[in-house]
Amino acid sequence: MHDKTLTELAAALAAGEFSSRELTEALLARIDRLDGELNSFITVTADAALEAADRADQARASGQAGPLTGLPLALKDIFCTQGVRTSCGSRMLDNFVSPYDASVVEKLAAAGSVSLGKTNMDEFAMGSSNENSYYGPVKNPWDLAAVPGGSSGGSAAAVAAGLVPAALGTDTGGSIRQPAAFCGITGLKPTYGRVSRYGMVAYASSLDQAGPMARSAEDCALLLGAIAGHDLRDSTSVARGVPDYRETLEASLSGLKIGLPKEYFGDGLSPAVESAVREAIRVYESLGASVREVSLPHTDLAIPAYYVIAPAEASSNLSRFDGVRFGHRCENPTDLIDLYKRSRAEGFGEEVKRRILIGTHTLSEGFFDAYYKKAQQVRRLIRQDFIDAFEDVDVLMGPASPTPAFDLGAKSDPVAMYLQDVYTIAINLAGIPGLSVPAGFANGRPVGLQILGPHFAEARLLNVAHRFQQSTDWHRRQPAFGKENA
Amino acid sequence: MQWEAVIGLEVHVQLATQSKIFSGASTAFGAEPNTQACAVDLGLPGVLPVLNEGAVAMAVKFGLGIDAEIPETSIFDRKNYFYPDLPKGYQTSQMYQPIVGPGEVEITLDDGSAKRIRVHHAHLEEDAGKSLHEDYHGMTGIDLNRAGTPLLEIVSEPDMRSAKEAAAYLKAIHAIVTYLGISDGNMAEGSMRCDVNVSVRPRGQASLGTRAEVKNVNSFRFVERAIAFEIERQVELLEDGGSVIQETRLYDPENDETRSMRTKEEANDYRYFPCPDLLPVVLDQAYVDHLRASLPELPSEKRARFQNELGLSAYDASVLSSSRAMAEYFEAVKDAGGDAKLAANWVQVELAGRLNKEGLDIADSPVSAAQLGGLVARVKDETINGKAAKKVFAALWDGEGDTADSIIDAQGLRQVTDSGAIEAMVDQVIADSPVQVAQYREADPDKRGKMIGYFVGQVMKASRGTANPQQVNALLKDKLDNA
Amino acid sequence: MALEPEDVRRAAHLARLGLDDHEAAGYVDDLSRILEMVDRLQAVETDGVAPLAHPLDATQRLRADEVTETDQRERFQRCAPAVENGLYLVPRVVE
Repeated sequence: MHDKTLTELAAALAAGEFSSRELTEALLARIDRLDGELNSFITVTADAALEAADRADQARASGQAGPLTGLPLALKDIFCTQGVRTSCGSRMLDNFVSPYDASVVEKLAAAGSVSLGKTNMDEFAMGSSNENSYYGPVKNPWDLAAVPGGSSGGSAAAVAAGLVPAALGTDTGGSIRQPAAFCGITGLKPTYGRVSRYGMVAYASSLDQAGPMARSAEDCALLLGAIAGHDLRDSTSVARGVPDYRETLEASLSGLKIGLPKEYFGDGLSPAVESAVREAIRVYESLGASVREVSLPHTDLAIPAYYVIAPAEASSNLSRFDGVRFGHRCENPTDLIDLYKRSRAEGFGEEVKRRILIGTHTLSEGFFDAYYKKAQQVRRLIRQDFIDAFEDVDVLMGPASPTPAFDLGAKSDPVAMYLQDVYTIAINLAGIPGLSVPAGFANGRPVGLQILGPHFAEARLLNVAHRFQQSTDWHRRQPAFGKENA
Repeated sequence: MQWEAVIGLEVHVQLATQSKIFSGASTAFGAEPNTQACAVDLGLPGVLPVLNEGAVAMAVKFGLGIDAEIPETSIFDRKNYFYPDLPKGYQTSQMYQPIVGPGEVEITLDDGSAKRIRVHHAHLEEDAGKSLHEDYHGMTGIDLNRAGTPLLEIVSEPDMRSAKEAAAYLKAIHAIVTYLGISDGNMAEGSMRCDVNVSVRPRGQASLGTRAEVKNVNSFRFVERAIAFEIERQVELLEDGGSVIQETRLYDPENDETRSMRTKEEANDYRYFPCPDLLPVVLDQAYVDHLRASLPELPSEKRARFQNELGLSAYDASVLSSSRAMAEYFEAVKDAGGDAKLAANWVQVELAGRLNKEGLDIADSPVSAAQLGGLVARVKDETINGKAAKKVFAALWDGEGDTADSIIDAQGLRQVTDSGAIEAMVDQVIADSPVQVAQYREADPDKRGKMIGYFVGQVMKASRGTANPQQVNALLKDKLDNA
Repeated sequence: MALEPEDVRRAAHLARLGLDDHEAAGYVDDLSRILEMVDRLQAVETDGVAPLAHPLDATQRLRADEVTETDQRERFQRCAPAVENGLYLVPRVVE
């Protein structure tokens, strides 16, 4: 059961091949057996999962099953889940049992899905390797010496290792697409505002977006349909109808115009990754698409602009963690300042502190115009690059990451780590959707092809990815990890 | 040296919405601690703000009420600082693009002349919670019920030159917000709070002196006293060769002084930046026009109407329009009594005097506007004379009757205008006072005016105050002079 | 823009992050290199370019002024480190 896609599992449940309880029990057993090594879950909610599975089986028995009924999922531990610890990968929230559900959690539960638990992540979603978690690093099931990527590393590793068929992640600068690429799964970052952020612990509010991580584009379409939509509790969510993303999956790619941003194929791109990506593009040509080179001239400014905007927003968003109403509080504070300083110093890890300090500094008096305002101006230029490019082409394609997954501990320098996100970060600044699909391997580690589209072009991206997956089997490959015991 | 004070006010007005500015929690005053602090107000991880239309409408109404520009777009910013009553570690406010642009407020000075005070802008923001310093084992308790209550911060230009002008400005703002119904204006419950910026300079100097900000001046009286104290403090400092330092001071009403808040206070750096959780607020013209059409008559308009249409003096018009409660009371008395000037006089003199003496607000007056109107009607149609009217008023105040008419009847205060009855009383008094009559008749004609008072008093006494004084006077004069 | 140890101390204080001298020194180095990377922005001509705060050109939706929340103090305070009589407790605040 563990190697099936969501769509296949849905069909099997519908056909009565097994029950949701049987499926859930099998996956819980697998998590129990394998996750000690992988460390992809922070919290496994076995009891609640079994109850939900039983409810789903009853619903099915009474003819009330929907498309997600009884399907197991996992949630990045950034989504508030009522009655369950929601840690955000931080000591700060190690003791935080959320009193409420995030909007997407509510929607998935209402759709009858079964949450197996909360997945590991870089603390407060800050990182590209999942090494910044208070709960320890996650390993890449393709190679236990490699990182799974981040920040949604736990979700990516769990799906790749067959512990759960699909999971939710969040993406602020590549945190769905890069781990999806590193772990050989399909991950979609929707248009900013497509999915409600209510109940998702904020890192950088103008960039954060939740999305599905699964074994196929078809599964992503199923999940996106369940979580997308306007939410009255999120002012930045968009009041716009949600199409049935599965309906358009099969559309022909004949005449599809693909742009290859020349800036995404330059220095620093691993030749093995490039060759896998170019091979994938040839598949598209064989499906009737045309390819041309385009330019996104402000690409090299995306990381600098991001490292002003995201830390600035984060420095403010993370001020609420002050040891007063929830979260970590230091022992015996001597006075108010001591309470704040020690609780925050003890509760936050190094990378989080680094970004809080950067953001605090760049927003402070005398620096605001040179940093924050300038970065927002550059943000407009970056968005315009994409708007201009989509005048000429339907989608953009390129690598999701310049290299395949790197070794645990290989990037101790923060700036070197930041540069990892060179192909993913601009997409968040522009607010457009982006998707990573498995497109081969480089030195035994998966390579992701990134597909980008204009605002609200999710249906098109899923269609383009799905047709590729009908012509290739990269997304069906499975790591050796866990196989011998399966 | 002659000194001149330069004063600007920042007035925080709690808007009278049902729910908070960014959440659906109640704003009702006085609930148990933290029972009206929802997930959004507490700043729980993951929560997001959604703007309350009621708060926007009230802010716009205020802007329209002071003839301010209403910009098409306004933006919410975050003001970042740590304080236990500030749950998110930032206050959502409007730093750069406020909802209300420049406007003006007219104040009336003691001499009856008017002065215009410019309003720099007014912006929306969220209120903080409260710190309770009762002893919790040496700890402070935090109640976040107030957190997220909508505030309109109204920032004046430094256009005021005396404590009295500042108090008049604050009263004018109070009148406008209560007229508009956008705030209950209850200063005791903190619905209106005021920070004052004060500096002094030699008269005639154009540049401004260094200012001090005085916080926590939360009544009309305190504003006046805090400013008076602060002006005196600064003048003394300067005259002694010292200099004023720019700082925040706290008004202490018990000792009637201002105190420096913190000596070690670090320079604030609030790191304002646009709140990424809220989008630009764009108001279309139709929305603004709709609000404009809903505006009630405002104090300045009422004042003009009282003067021009009702014929009241500038002073009466100004006092009677100074608060919504006062104006509504007066207009009700006028409508029931049928005479604007008489109504103005009764409200201003008898009622206001008594309220003042008892320390009561007009809203708490034991005599209702309908009752006082009934009294005015009887004065107007001469059912009672002035003296009896005062008795009726006293009886109404003490709750001795429901209406003026019932009191008039019960106490027999109806004015006697029957000339036969009055003449009989006059004749009786003349007959009973031979000595006084002789003295009167021997006196110079120009002294008789005063002497007649004795006879009038006797007749009024005989009538138990109900005789028409004019008639009594005329008859006496006729009978004494022409005998 | 070069970063001085004082800048890091100041930011740490504003952000209420306790740092010892050793940690502070490490952050001076990290932050300097991050800012050096960020300084590439300064070379870009942005005159006349309006800052972009949100990726979509959307405007704020307004909520009707209605009370929709009920008292959930007990639930919300279950995750609080120190409460008494319904109040959150902090070390004494000196006004």
